[in-house]
Amino acid sequence: MSISNTASAAGRAPAIPRNRIKVLSKRRRRLQNALVAYSFIAPNFIGFAVFTLGPILFAFALAFMHWDGSNAITFAGLDNFWRLFEDKAFIAAFWNTIIYTVVSVPATLVCALGLAILLNQKIFGRDFFRTAMFFPYVASLVAVAVVWNMIFNPEMGPVNMILYTLGLDPKDMPGWAADRHWAMVTVILFGIWKSMGYYMVIYLAGLQGINSELYEAADLDGANAWQKFIYVTVPQLAPTTFFVTVMLTIQSFKVFDQVYMITQGGPGTSTLVLVYHIYNEAFISWDLGYSSMIALVLFFLVLAVTVIQFRRQRED
Amino acid sequence: MRIAGRKITAKTIAVYATAIIITAVMLMPFAWMLSASLKLSRDVFVFPIEWIPSEPQWQNYVDIWTKIPLALFIYNTSKLTIIVTLLQLLTSSFAAYAFAKLDFPYKNTLFLGYIATIAMPWQVYMVPQFLLMREFGLNNTHLALICLQAFTAFGVFLMRQFYMSIPTELCEAARIDGMNEYQIWARIMLPLSKPALSTLTIFTFVTTWNDFLGPMIYLTKTELKTIQIGLRMFIAQYSAEYGLIMAASVVALIPVLIVFLSLQRFFVEGVASSGIKG
Repeated sequence: MSISNTASAAGRAPAIPRNRIKVLSKRRRRLQNALVAYSFIAPNFIGFAVFTLGPILFAFALAFMHWDGSNAITFAGLDNFWRLFEDKAFIAAFWNTIIYTVVSVPATLVCALGLAILLNQKIFGRDFFRTAMFFPYVASLVAVAVVWNMIFNPEMGPVNMILYTLGLDPKDMPGWAADRHWAMVTVILFGIWKSMGYYMVIYLAGLQGINSELYEAADLDGANAWQKFIYVTVPQLAPTTFFVTVMLTIQSFKVFDQVYMITQGGPGTSTLVLVYHIYNEAFISWDLGYSSMIALVLFFLVLAVTVIQFRRQRED
Repeated sequence: MRIAGRKITAKTIAVYATAIIITAVMLMPFAWMLSASLKLSRDVFVFPIEWIPSEPQWQNYVDIWTKIPLALFIYNTSKLTIIVTLLQLLTSSFAAYAFAKLDFPYKNTLFLGYIATIAMPWQVYMVPQFLLMREFGLNNTHLALICLQAFTAFGVFLMRQFYMSIPTELCEAARIDGMNEYQIWARIMLPLSKPALSTLTIFTFVTTWNDFLGPMIYLTKTELKTIQIGLRMFIAQYSAEYGLIMAASVVALIPVLIVFLSLQRFFVEGVASSGIKG
């Protein structure tokens, strides 16, 4: 690099004045290099600092304030924190978020892995199948959510019609989004359908990274397909699974759009999730301090999961 | 049995059957949407499903443009998406070059700033961000959405990871040839980073085009709305006009479909590489 070349040249220079010139020019050079580097970073970093870093710091402060967005801000201490424990909607939102995560993360992971293994084989039209699986991930959420609601419409939708023709009693028919017990199931099914193609692609990359000699060695040892899956594929995919789990967990904790469009958090509070509650408290009730406190809970959930996952990863 | 020199086993048949059934289930909602978009609202829920309508209602695709300002919504969304994507590509690859190939004070500290926020859900700071934008008078402007989507930690991170894999010797050789850093970025790094740029393009395009919560918070004036909240507004207003709703949904899907299909080869590679390194 140019800096180190100058440095060694300066070290060899015998006369003091020349040396000082070299030192000066070295400094100037270094400053110039730094300025060039900063000019590369500035356009993005300034925007990032103003619109992301700043608001993040502000969010932490706001959690300990009372503010309705127009009158004066007052210091709240831990008021907002204690309020969490008395807020039934928050408690419901917290547990619903946990349930959503605990069910949808493993389910999506298993589906994605299954699809990846299926479509990692040399079959005709493989690219078409992969593209088809992936498409729900990029499709507009509003558009697919409205279709989903129609398909799962309890009275007229084709899903219940099919169940009816299969002989299910209309009394036992799931009410899907309109039913307290089925609403979460509907949202979770939608989430799995929409995102598994994305994680399938990540798993496909992981599968292609596995050394084929491992399978040959397993063949020599007389391993069957299931044993090869358990003793070669699964351990070899551990880094991918780690990545997918962290990504999926974070995505699940911040689920909002699909809930908003399919169930509006209802019926009652049966599908109210944390981000929905943040949204309601901020933009419906204008209780900005309290909504930031809920956001802080979301932040610590995400942080905890990330830290736990990294620890486990290191132990392995 | 042998066809075209390949042995057909029970396993092959099972693999194909599974793949075809799963694909059918995955694509069923889209087929249903397309089919319903060509029906009268009262025929949408007729069972058994008539996949190909006997009298296709092409009129639905004419009516949607007058029932809501759909063209305006599409224009707004396209404008936002194109500006955000260009800014994202330009500023991210620019910053990523410095992080990957240049040495300067506080490099690691600054990069840590990006890394620390990469897993931070936007929802954690959306409220203060909204207040800040309101303070700047950017409420109900497209500029607010551009500002909040164009400078992401993800973009810088993705591009940096890719640039790290390009040999540094290439840059040194260019420096010896008398190129300055800007020329190296423009003439060497950019042309080499097509896969990463394509990945970032699709991610940004898809996220911005499909964004819902952002426009919902920031845009309350009808003439500023994007296709997603416009569509949502339409659904709320004409909740029983199933045929029209489906036609509008199909229209909203088409741009993403085009971009996705034209860049999907890069996308699969890109998701794979960024995923593994991430």
